[in-house]
Amino acid sequence: MKKIVSIILLLVFALSIFTVSFASSKNAIKIGVDLELSQAVAQYGQKELEGIRLAIDEINKKGGIGGKKIELVVIDNKSDKTEAQNVATKLAVRENVLAILGPATSGATKSAAVAATKHKVPIISPSATDDAVTVDERTGKTKAYVFRTCFNDSFQGNVMANFALKTLKAKKAAIIYDATSDYSKGLLKNFKNIFEKSGGKVIAQEAFGKGEQDFSSILTKIRAKNPDVLFAPVYYDEAGLIIKQARELGMNIPILGADGFDDPKVVEKAGKKNANNVFFSAHYSSQDTDVKVQEFIKKFKAKYNQEPNAFAALGYDLGYFIADALKRANLKFDSVAKDRERLKAAIENTKNFVGVTGIISINKYHNAEKSAVIIELKDGVQKFKQKLNP
Amino acid sequence: MSTFMQQLINGITLGSIYALISLGYTMVYGIIKLINFAHGDIFMVGAYIAYLSVTYLKLGLIPSLIISMMFCSILGMLIEKFAYKPLRNSPRISALITAIGVSLLLENLMQIVMGADSRVFPRLVDEKNYHLFQSKIVINNKQIYLLIITIILMIILNFVVKRTKVGKAMRAVSQDMDAARLMGINVDTTISYTFAIGSALAAAAGVLVGLYYNTINPLMGVLPGLKAFIAAVFGGIGIIPGAMLGGFSLGIIETLVSGYGSSMYKDAVAFALLILILIIKPSGLLGKNIKEKV
Repeated sequence: MKKIVSIILLLVFALSIFTVSFASSKNAIKIGVDLELSQAVAQYGQKELEGIRLAIDEINKKGGIGGKKIELVVIDNKSDKTEAQNVATKLAVRENVLAILGPATSGATKSAAVAATKHKVPIISPSATDDAVTVDERTGKTKAYVFRTCFNDSFQGNVMANFALKTLKAKKAAIIYDATSDYSKGLLKNFKNIFEKSGGKVIAQEAFGKGEQDFSSILTKIRAKNPDVLFAPVYYDEAGLIIKQARELGMNIPILGADGFDDPKVVEKAGKKNANNVFFSAHYSSQDTDVKVQEFIKKFKAKYNQEPNAFAALGYDLGYFIADALKRANLKFDSVAKDRERLKAAIENTKNFVGVTGIISINKYHNAEKSAVIIELKDGVQKFKQKLNP
Repeated sequence: MSTFMQQLINGITLGSIYALISLGYTMVYGIIKLINFAHGDIFMVGAYIAYLSVTYLKLGLIPSLIISMMFCSILGMLIEKFAYKPLRNSPRISALITAIGVSLLLENLMQIVMGADSRVFPRLVDEKNYHLFQSKIVINNKQIYLLIITIILMIILNFVVKRTKVGKAMRAVSQDMDAARLMGINVDTTISYTFAIGSALAAAAGVLVGLYYNTINPLMGVLPGLKAFIAAVFGGIGIIPGAMLGGFSLGIIETLVSGYGSSMYKDAVAFALLILILIIKPSGLLGKNIKEKV
């Protein structure tokens, strides 16, 4: 008797999973979103979600994909690596999404990618720049289901090291980095490699831990060594504080950063008069006169009543990017697993997709080949400095 | 040498923050032998109240500081009344667990109300840097404010405890709660006052930290709260000058560790210090060894 009951229960359970998976593909195409919407780097996730929503709303208004609307299943990963993986599993198994968009940061994406790979769901990050996100460090093999629509840190570290050497004529660089962040460590490695190969010297390399607010002792130590530039591969929260505290200690050397600096909070925290002589690589500049960029800014302002930053732009591009792949994927809605494979093939074959942040082609490492811009802060205002191609 | 002097200044600044928070810690412990783990979160609430009064009521530094201190002293009294008082006769561990509960409650409540993201604290004072010795040493006017306000608050606190009636009652309650009650002291009121004063000090520290780093977030109280606890134990928990001494020592030691070693070790050193002091002199630097009477 017990056996029969348990078999029936099992059948009911199995059927319920089955029906869920079919129900999702009948009326709408489910796409998961696994983003940092609260805690430490919430600003990135929130902006990206605004961008994704704007894009998906536009696509749905125009009729969606083959008559079906795209439905976003958004779950917050709380800026936490473990949580990012849980969210990815939940999206893959319980929500039966065709693809996962996000997370924003490298560490979270790497751990979410483990779950996505296991369940064979394509996962696309709009802004995880660490090289090891899409390529396994040990084997050098591309991770089959992991993609990104931004450039990677080798490119970004390269760009900044060359900028320091050639444009700023720097010989001695100091680095301050977050030892608990994959993003920070990845950039440090790439910057240092290129900078030292091309004749520069890294004279100080100082680590700090998660949540640090007081950098004055580290900066005092660096100041004593008289570097020509300070490279700080960190996120916006620390970036503002580092700039402010360095300037208050009388350090007026150029401060270099990467895309983590691209947020209004950096200037708010540093103070306008301190936010000078600061340079960073970014995904896009709102001063770009390109029609597509200006059109996006107008639409974003109309919907959210504020200026979009690079992360909003990356999110917007990701929305259209996935829609483009869905259109080309020739989805049959027979089984979620098969449709995921079709979608994955379509993403891999993306060539010359025109977005707001540049023209994207996915290469064999599942990275986006696209250009970067260098932005300078002058009295807290972003100035477009250079555009660099890969 | 100039680098060392600069590090010392950095350390004193950090130390005054720890000292201010640990004053409240030490008072509460001294009187009811409760480690108030929610203290660091009251510090955080203090920073947010000042933030709100500056942004929405457009008040200056001193009025917002006073509003924040008043709000937090009421908050402290309420926490005492609802969370700790019902457990006053329970085992010490129950009170400790409640304290942790209150701490988590405040953190998460603030994340719901104000959002989890960090906020920029408005610039309330004109920033000025003073350069000494061919500009090798830089002192910021906010660092001076921080130090002066800390010292003033400590002097006021010392005066309250040593010279006023409330202070006398506090000292009596800390010696023997039952005997004090027999002598006609209202123990509940006295404990309420202690929480009010302790929380007001935490609030002041929160506002000053917001001003100094110009950034606040709902979890900003966690680590400083723990550090202030270490500072209080280091100087001798329950002793007001001890909290001050412990705070400054911890700030300077941490700064020197990250200035001459690595910033990654400074938290480890702080906690190692706590363990060491507990082994060598459990009553703290200024504590006296009191023999238990049998």
